[in-house]
Amino acid sequence: MTGRGPGTIIGFPHKRKLVTSIKLFLFFCLSDVSCNSVAQKIYVELNNTVPCVRLLNATHQIGCQSSISGDTGVIHVLESEADLEWPLSKGPNPPYMVLLESSLFTKSIMMKMKNASSRVAGVVVVPKTSPPEFSPHTTCPNENTGVYTETYDHNLAHCNTTVWNPRGNGLSYEEFDFPVFSLKEDNETEVIKQCYFDHNRVVNGSGLQYPLCAMQLFSHMHAVTDTATCMRRSSMDFSTSPVMVCDPLGGYNVCAFIRPYNSTAFGHKENESVVIAAARLDSKAFFLEDSTGAEGSVSGFVTLLAAAQALCEATQEAPRTRNILFAFFHGEVFDYIGSSRMVYDMKNNMFVIDLDNVHSILEIGQVAVRSGTNLFLHSDPVSRRNNTVHDEVTNLVKNLQSSTAGLNFSFVETDFSQPLPPSSFQRFLRARAIPGIVLADHQTDFNNRYYESFYDNAAHLNLTYPSNLSPEEQLEFVTDTAKSLTEVATAVARTLFKQAGGNNSQVNKINADPKTVTQMLYGFLVRSNNSWFQVLGSSLRCVFCLSEPNPPQYYVGVAKSSHQANALTYLVQYLLANLTGTATNLTQSQCKKPDELPNESTYLYSYLWVQGMVPPNSTQRESFCVRTAVRLVKAVSPAFDLGDYVSKEYSTWTKSQWKFIKARIFLVASRDLEMLTLGVGVAVLFTSLLVTYFVSTKADVLFSSVREPNNAAY
Amino acid sequence: MTASVFFGCTFIAFGPAIALFLFTIARDPLRVIFLIAGAFFWLCSLLLSSLVWFITVQISNKESSSQQKGLLIFGVVLSVLLQETCRFGYYKLLKKANEGLLMLSAEETMPISIRQLAYVSGLGFGFMSGAFSMVNILADSVGPGTTGIHGDSQHYFLSSAFMTMAIILLHMFWGVVFFDSCEKQHWWSLAVVVISHLLVSCLTFQNPQYVGSLVPTYIIVFLVGLWAFFCSGGSLRNLKLCLTCKDKDFLLANHRPR
Repeated sequence: MTGRGPGTIIGFPHKRKLVTSIKLFLFFCLSDVSCNSVAQKIYVELNNTVPCVRLLNATHQIGCQSSISGDTGVIHVLESEADLEWPLSKGPNPPYMVLLESSLFTKSIMMKMKNASSRVAGVVVVPKTSPPEFSPHTTCPNENTGVYTETYDHNLAHCNTTVWNPRGNGLSYEEFDFPVFSLKEDNETEVIKQCYFDHNRVVNGSGLQYPLCAMQLFSHMHAVTDTATCMRRSSMDFSTSPVMVCDPLGGYNVCAFIRPYNSTAFGHKENESVVIAAARLDSKAFFLEDSTGAEGSVSGFVTLLAAAQALCEATQEAPRTRNILFAFFHGEVFDYIGSSRMVYDMKNNMFVIDLDNVHSILEIGQVAVRSGTNLFLHSDPVSRRNNTVHDEVTNLVKNLQSSTAGLNFSFVETDFSQPLPPSSFQRFLRARAIPGIVLADHQTDFNNRYYESFYDNAAHLNLTYPSNLSPEEQLEFVTDTAKSLTEVATAVARTLFKQAGGNNSQVNKINADPKTVTQMLYGFLVRSNNSWFQVLGSSLRCVFCLSEPNPPQYYVGVAKSSHQANALTYLVQYLLANLTGTATNLTQSQCKKPDELPNESTYLYSYLWVQGMVPPNSTQRESFCVRTAVRLVKAVSPAFDLGDYVSKEYSTWTKSQWKFIKARIFLVASRDLEMLTLGVGVAVLFTSLLVTYFVSTKADVLFSSVREPNNAAY
Repeated sequence: MTASVFFGCTFIAFGPAIALFLFTIARDPLRVIFLIAGAFFWLCSLLLSSLVWFITVQISNKESSSQQKGLLIFGVVLSVLLQETCRFGYYKLLKKANEGLLMLSAEETMPISIRQLAYVSGLGFGFMSGAFSMVNILADSVGPGTTGIHGDSQHYFLSSAFMTMAIILLHMFWGVVFFDSCEKQHWWSLAVVVISHLLVSCLTFQNPQYVGSLVPTYIIVFLVGLWAFFCSGGSLRNLKLCLTCKDKDFLLANHRPR
């Protein structure tokens, strides 16, 4: 119903619950909500919901689906696993909408409900306290798109030697044909629980009294079966608006060379040798928009950002033998979208360097949850069978281990026969045997008990702040986690300096800044709308304002055709630009077109207009132009460029489109009352037809007392 | 609630009106025209009272609930008075139209009597009033939910439907009585019509005690219906004749050539 002004009198002589209905009516009219007071009496809309959506790849569809007109079910709050009998078999009013707390959101309960899906209309999860461990990802992440295939090494394929994520229950990769939503713990959950306790509780074993409290969830997904089917069904005619049913996942990688190259010259660069320092940007959860990835991804890229800052400060003067590329890959969780794209571009001369220019790779994996004072260096045993590769890796290990002098931890090599954990480095190895190391805090399987789940948040990293601090003070407070990550960043920066041929005597001057690290951790995991991010951010958009007050979500999202990266990519781009670039004196218009100036070049650098600080005695921000080598490189799986939607080589993940997603609660009446209403209506209709027929045929008799003159017609 | 409630409530609210329309009005195009004109006049009265309501609400104090309640009562009374005024206006228009029609038509008798006009216009008022009362509620009754999550009564749809049926019948009866008393210049019975309309509208302030508003309303429907029956030429004797199926003899007897 569209809005109506407060002046419309609907059914004027008929008044309902007087005062409250007027108040509600006027309040909603004036607050610009659909002005239909009858619907306000029936439904309570739930606004703070996160749905589980459908994703498709070359062979499967995963996620959840509702029917096109929503799924309605009587609410049942699950108290324990044994209580599941009520919705699945004993309850007299199926279908049920099961409300779970997070401790009950386990694979066994979800599978039982999946098998009885005729009686389950949907599931609603209310996250509360973190369970001791929970990982909805698979036990062997990205097992088919890494380097360990049957042909590469039969023993190492499919996690035969080391199961990386043993706690993984694979829930994210199941397919449900009922909707699953997640609610935040707030007022709306209280309303639902109140409604349940008022109407749905069983009293002394007797039947439930109608009306019952019910919920309806709408999350109808348009795509089915797999990516090839949905791409085929998306009609790509030459009209301006093609009708897409699903969208490929993807985004942008953030790349920065220490010494930038001409960005228009692609392909091999003679006599150039590059060390790649890589980290992963994205993460995932069962409810995609709730991804936080504190240990899974944030720890890695924050460390790399701090290392980049430390290195750039120290390397202003001395030219080195090798260049360093800081690469932040996006979409790695979904079968290595970003890194496979970069390798593809390098192989096909679509990137400024190619694989021959790559000297070695150092990747930072999950580094924040240490179980001792050691960090572990993982390498690939198969490529190390080649002597040159082995020597380079040994050299890299030596550089790493010597970089921890004076720091509170040390690097330990893992067992020689153990393969690499899931990492972007594996995609490079698939193309060429390049020496490289992956840093991680786990020796064999992950220390991360919440790998790719929504419990992998600030609390998991023990980011605790004293309670009496204001948000600004919390931003500046250096936590222990920040200190340990700073040391890792220092070691990484020193290693990269040595790898790039820097002078050994200068090494100990390279130190990462703990204040930067703690501010980044606060911004990415606690509150992103803080003063530091605002200073460094773009004045064009407030990228993080949309997800206030929660931290922004970090899943890769769909690859938009326009040049719009998602919030995380922009944050990392601007951070890297400010930490490694130089501030210039250009004005805003010069910043947009710097080519006209003699010393500036858009081939080598990109120019970003940064918001800047508010000086103490004024209200205007002092914005400035930053010259930086940071570039955004498109990260969409090559399978979509090649049109090979059943590719086994590249990621084929897509996300379904949908029309709307919403949830609401209301009361349902018994079937008997409805049938009674219909019966009464039909009876009234028949009676009135009969009586009217009777009266109209006998009208001249019935109304004959008064004869009007000259009247013959009735 | 669902489709069954939707159809049930539609039939309850509009059943008698549909039956009346089908059997008495639909065949005669002139009656249809006057029905629609009657509906239009009711709509005009609604427009005027909406305008006044809108202005007064905007200038009132929206926070004060007692003021809003007073405003509502004022609005109800004003709307009733405006409806009856429009009914009177329609009566005057129809009288003028009848004279004009008589002048134009070739036959000597009027094609439609004032009593039939009274009935048709009353039904027109009733249709429009019922539509505005009920359509909004019917639209929401199709969904899966019923009222009550905020504490309202569960029987909202059903009682709205019964109330609407009563109002439609009442408008029809009031139309008959109103025109009759205007013809005979019985101003006191006009006042009784207006007062009974006010009474029924104010009875709805009893909601959500639906028993308290529906039962008296139906009593009033019955009484006004009886009054309309007698006004339009009915009598107990005629009713007895019809019911005992002696009407054929009566007709034959009355149609003796004079």
